[in-house]
Amino acid sequence: MELDLLIQKFQKKEVSAFEQLHKMYSENICGVINTIVRNPERSQEICQDVFVKIWEKSDSYNSSKGRFFTWILNIARNAAIDEVRSKSHKQQKKNLSTEYFVGILEGSEDLEGKMDTIGLKSLLTNLKEKCVQIISLLYFQGFTQKEAAEELDIPIGTIKTRNRSCISQIRENSNI
Amino acid sequence: MDTEKYISSGVLELYVAGILSDKENIEVYNYAQKYPDIKGEVEAIEAAILKITEKTSPGLAKNSFQNITARLNKVIPLQSQTIKKTPLSSYLGWAASIIFAAGLIWMYLENDALKSEIKIASEEKQTLEKQILDIRQEVAGKSNILNQLRDKNVSVVSLGGQAVSPTSFAKAYWNKEEQKVFIDAQGLPEPPPGFTYQVWSLKLNPLTPTSVGLLDDFANNENRVFELPNANASEAFGITLEPEGGSESPTLEQLYTLGTIAT
Repeated sequence: MELDLLIQKFQKKEVSAFEQLHKMYSENICGVINTIVRNPERSQEICQDVFVKIWEKSDSYNSSKGRFFTWILNIARNAAIDEVRSKSHKQQKKNLSTEYFVGILEGSEDLEGKMDTIGLKSLLTNLKEKCVQIISLLYFQGFTQKEAAEELDIPIGTIKTRNRSCISQIRENSNI
Repeated sequence: MDTEKYISSGVLELYVAGILSDKENIEVYNYAQKYPDIKGEVEAIEAAILKITEKTSPGLAKNSFQNITARLNKVIPLQSQTIKKTPLSSYLGWAASIIFAAGLIWMYLENDALKSEIKIASEEKQTLEKQILDIRQEVAGKSNILNQLRDKNVSVVSLGGQAVSPTSFAKAYWNKEEQKVFIDAQGLPEPPPGFTYQVWSLKLNPLTPTSVGLLDDFANNENRVFELPNANASEAFGITLEPEGGSESPTLEQLYTLGTIAT
């Protein structure tokens, strides 16, 4: 209920509400962007672009279409993918490897200690590689069920159940 | 509805990932509104995703939110001004220019009408001025005549109608000093075409007529007062109708009026 009210205020262009939402989601959004763009400084810039964009487009959000975070997540993913494509990497969405995400999740010493590696490790306890892959595809790269099934070479019906069990594992590790 | 089964299907995880169809999204939304279990599960899944995505963050840029709001302050007012005000002001601009043009045309026409009115009025004024001038001249002429007739040296002679025209009459105002005579011919009929009246000065013993002059341009002399020179020692005046140009001696059959001077 509190979140709904905050979103309403944000849609009425209250800067204080916007600031609170930024505080709640900016790290997540920047993380998702960096997973795709793989350039921390550029990712931070894109992250700011995304928040400017959601302010401008705030009217287009409607709670019946999905979660507010999901809405921003989608905008951020598209912005990150546009960035990668515009850099003439010529990488198709499907060619975005899960390796980088896996690398970030498994060992992040090379990121200058910016990340909470201890917390991350505890989250990843008992998390199989299959889980890392599927979470990377569905949440970080915006693959559809069908695309993810093709990428991982598993039946489409398996995606839903495997994903659920992986998320459940994370929740168990972090007591959610 | 079996909420537990629905939750365990894994559809809510896909809902948070944002990869369901619009129809499925609305379905989940409605269930979440209706069943607190489902809503709680969605929030828990989202919390897990927030946890894991947060761990991938490279950190925020310095003053990240200030940077964002600095851009908003530039973008937002500009947007509302350009989108909302430009069409309105441009319509207003067009409307104003049309009204202005219409006003100019109206003023031009109005000005034209006024100019022609002024022209008509000034023509009328000229006509009236001319009439006034004419009338003044007429008055001046009449008062001049009156002054001449009132002169103390003037003798007035009544000329009575004769056989050929008994109703005719005339008057002669003779100023001996200035040797001129004024004939008031108001009582004479207009002469027929080709004829003119001739005034004669008469000596009675013996009867000797001397021509004094013609009453020329009779029809156009409004006052019917004619000034003629008369140096004769007249005893009577007579007026006869003569062929145009006058005669050497009076045609007595056409004697219209005659009157003697009292001595």
